[in-house]
Order: sequence, then structure tokens, then C-alpha cells
Amino acid sequence: MLETKGRPNRLGLWGWLGGGRWGMERYLYTLHRVTGLGLLAYFLLHIVVTSSRAFSQGAWEEAMARVSGEIFEVGEYLVFLAFAFHAVNGIRLLLIELGIGVGQPIEPVYPYRTSVDVQRPLAIGALAVAAVIAILGTLSMWGE
Amino acid sequence: MMKDVTYRIRLFDPNRDSEPHWEAFTIPYAPGMTVLDGLWKVKELHAPGLAWRSSCRMGVCGSCGMLINGKPGLACNTQISELHALTVAVAPLPNFDIIRDLVPDLAPMFGTHQALLPYVIREDVEERENPTAEFWQSAHELEQYLQFSYCIKCGCCMAACPTFATDALYSGPMPLAQAHRYNSDTRDGGFAVRKEVLAGNAGPWRCHYAGECSRVCPKGVDPAKAIQLMKRELVLDLLHLRKQGCPAPVAKKPTEIKRRDGVPDAPARTV
Amino acid sequence: MMKDQKLWTWHLAAGVVIAVFLGLHMLTMHLDALIPIRALNVASEQRAIDWANVVARGRSVFFAVTYVVLLGAALFHGLYGLRNILLELNPAAGLKKLVGAVLLLAGLGLFVFGTWAAVASHTLAKTF
Ligand code: SF4
Ligand code: SF4
Ligand code: FES
Repeated sequence: MLETKGRPNRLGLWGWLGGGRWGMERYLYTLHRVTGLGLLAYFLLHIVVTSSRAFSQGAWEEAMARVSGEIFEVGEYLVFLAFAFHAVNGIRLLLIELGIGVGQPIEPVYPYRTSVDVQRPLAIGALAVAAVIAILGTLSMWGE
Repeated sequence: MMKDVTYRIRLFDPNRDSEPHWEAFTIPYAPGMTVLDGLWKVKELHAPGLAWRSSCRMGVCGSCGMLINGKPGLACNTQISELHALTVAVAPLPNFDIIRDLVPDLAPMFGTHQALLPYVIREDVEERENPTAEFWQSAHELEQYLQFSYCIKCGCCMAACPTFATDALYSGPMPLAQAHRYNSDTRDGGFAVRKEVLAGNAGPWRCHYAGECSRVCPKGVDPAKAIQLMKRELVLDLLHLRKQGCPAPVAKKPTEIKRRDGVPDAPARTV
Repeated sequence: MMKDQKLWTWHLAAGVVIAVFLGLHMLTMHLDALIPIRALNVASEQRAIDWANVVARGRSVFFAVTYVVLLGAALFHGLYGLRNILLELNPAAGLKKLVGAVLLLAGLGLFVFGTWAAVASHTLAKTF
């Protein structure tokens, strides 16, 4: 890479979040990152908490008691929503990043139809499936 | 119809300013005016020192990429009327250093472009340097890279990419799309050499398909598509499933063609 | 350092493994009221987290094995994802190395701990 001269003008973190004039895939990208981080944080805690089952019934029940209550229930519900989104959107990304669903190279004719437009139904479908899973989960967790 | 249009321009003179600042200028509007035309008017009427890059004023040279009302695009290719706003805010392309006013330093992008060997690489160097005929390629094979070859290196995609906004080491959509343009050219045999860079940290793995590059590209190059197709090739390569045909052969000389009677000779060459 | 070409491919593969097994995990744990899977939650009139159910699942070799597979895949997928996010912030070269090393150690440590817990609880469950 060449030396640059001049005043730095990188967007920085704002470039990750900067939306508003952009398409939905930009928001899905941000949401995928945020949910991923949330799931990871929960998962690390989850490993530690559930490992208490290896000790005794008492240890397990104590650990379960410690993570029960309103806050944890809401937290778990959020984790479930994050999971529903991250999983289904992840499947979309898996397909796309392997070049499936973005279309073949074409002769660009104005107005351009890019791969982003080609895969749009996948993005909408992914959101719909995630919503169905989220609703089922909501019924199961809060419906009783 | 609007009479005047206001330009808000982000100015920066390294000899005078420590920070870029916005200044507003009002100019008369005429139908059919592009953002670039407006910049000339601003320079003529208000700010003779205003600096930007442009040349062809018809979306071909790739000089005039800038941030227009928050979106990267070509000034010459953008009609003021299509912005649907009374103000035109113009700033230099982000993610590149500012040399002055609207002039970004594109050198790092070209450095990466060059590092990814954007040319046909073949083992038969002699034939490539002193060709005896064309390399044979079918129309279908041509289509596999033609779209990506329309890139004019304007850098709009780099300014739109969220990864490139933080990660200066990421190759970026333009160089990657160009690497794929050559990787997917059947005349080329350079996949293995380009892979040295592509398989690493700066390669297409930094792309998460936010799709911004394709959305702003003024030439419909669709770099995001090129990058995803490139990832597929690299994954197949890792699994030893990638088909690497030998680079396209030299086209055979046409044989047994007789000139029809009465067809005049081509005029003599002038150069 | 291993090339991203390889790590990223594993990231995808791990994602698929997680989607399958975590889907199953979620079905047993959270949708049990809606879709009761009796084979998995033996004492299914109780909640999935009741000790009786923990023991029932712990006794099953299937659960012990899938638990370890899921643990490994999820740790790799999650920590590689975190590493990507951190490295894309373009920290200094030394910090980059540190991030890589810390995440690798954390991942290995948690994997060993979680695997131990799976094996130990399997042994414990069999005594009931
Ligand atoms: S891919 Fe498009 S936006 Fe990017 S440099 Fe080429 S022409 Fe410009
Ligand atoms: S699709 Fe990839 S390269 Fe294009 S803007 Fe998004 S992250 Fe950057
Ligand atoms: S001036 Fe050449 S692309 Fe705009």
C-alpha cells in the first residue's frame, strides 16, 4: 500500500452504522453483527452456568435459581429473538457469500439491476421466516 | 421550476485550514444542469480557488467521484434535478485522505489494485508479449467478466463500503472486483498468484454483503456480486473442487477462405 | 497464522452445524410447550430445566455428543466472528496479535471446560 498524504477522512465506526439513505441489507448487516455479539455474550455465560449440572443437583438448582427472575426472562427472550434472526439471516448470507442467489454476471444496462436487487426476495423471505419463528417462540414462552 | 440552487461544499485547504469546513454558494439553475456543471458555476461566480477533479464530464474517466447529498456518485453523471432537493451538499469521497477541497487521494486504492495483478497472466509469456493471434474465447466466457470490466476506478464503491470505513488494510470492492475480473477471464491463468493476497486477511472475507458498493456504482459493475463469486471460487479451491481449465488457447488461423470476387480491398493504412 | 480462506470456510461450516443442533436445542428447551418432543424431554410434563429432565438428557449419549459438537462449533463461530469485528477496527499490529491469542486461549479453555462438564454430567446422570 502506498503512503497517503493529506487529511484523513475515514468514516470510522459511523461507516458501520451509517444508514438512512441505504438499502435494507445495510441494516441487516448491522443487526447481524449486533445479534451475533449478543448471542456470543449469552453463550459464554450459558456454558459456565449450565456446567453446574456436572457437580450435583444442588449446584444445578442453585445456578438455575440465580438466573431466574424477570430480568433474566426478558434477557432470554431477547436472546431467542436474536437467535431467530441471526440463524435465518445467516442462512441467507451463507447462500449469498457462496455466490448463490446473486445472479450471473450480466451486461449492465441502465437502470442497473444489481445483485442486491436480485437477492432482495431472499432478504425479505429471511425476515419473514425469522418473524414466524419469533412469534412461535413468543407464544411458547409467554403464552402460558 | 426552481431558479436558484444552493451548493454546500466541504472545503479544505491544507495550507490554511486545520479542519474542513462547509461553505454555501448560490448559483442560477438551468434545466439539465449536472452537479459538475454547478461546480463550474460556483468556481466562476464565487470561489475561483475551489478544487476538484474532473475530465470527461460524461461518466467515463472516473475522476469526479464525490459525496453528493450523502451518497457517493459521479458529479458529471448526476443531474441536480434528480436529487429532488434545493440544496446540493458536496464533500470529498470519504475513506480517502483529502488532498484539497473535493480532491481525494486515491493512490492507496490504486496501490491495492496493482498488488492484485489486474492483467492477464499466462505461462506462455512469449505469445502474450508478441501475439501471433487472438486467444480463443466464447461469447459465454466473455460474459463471465464483461460486467466487471466496465469499472472506471472512480472509488465511489470504496467510499460506500462499511468495512473500508474502518479497515484501511481491506482491499476494498474495486480492487477485489478487478481481481475477480481477471480470475474469471478464461484467457488468464493467474488465480494461484492472486490467491496469495486474496486468501489472506485483506481478501474478500472482510466483505459482509452490505451491498453498498453495488448500490452506488455508477457503471453497474456490481462489485458485491464479483466478491461473492470470488469467495465461492476460493472456497471451492480450498476443497479442491475448483475447476481450473488451462488458459484459452491461441485461436486457429481461418483456413480455406477465398475472397469473393468484386469485394474491394481495404484502404491503405494511415498509421 | 492460518489463512482466512480456511478459517472463513470453517466459519460457514460451523454456522450450518449450529443452525441444525441449536435448532434442536431450542426446540427442546423453548418450544417444548408448543411442540412437545417426548423422546428428548423424558419427564415432559415438567419444565425442560427441571433436574429430572437434566438427568434424563444427561444419560443420553446422543445429548452428550451433540453437546460437545455444538459447543465446539458455536465457540469457533462466535469467537471468529468477534475476531473479525475487532480486527476490522484495524487495531495496531501488536494489538491484533494479542486479540488473536486471547480469543484462541479463551476458546480452547471454554471448550475443555464444557467438554469436561458434558462428560462429568453424563457420568453423574448414570448414577441416578
Ligand atoms: S466498481 Fe464502480 S464504483 Fe467502484 S471504482 Fe469501479 S466504477 Fe467506480
Ligand atoms: S458488499 Fe462488501 S465490499 Fe461491497 S460495500 Fe458491502 S462490505 Fe463493502
Ligand atoms: S468527469 Fe469523467 S467521470 Fe465525471
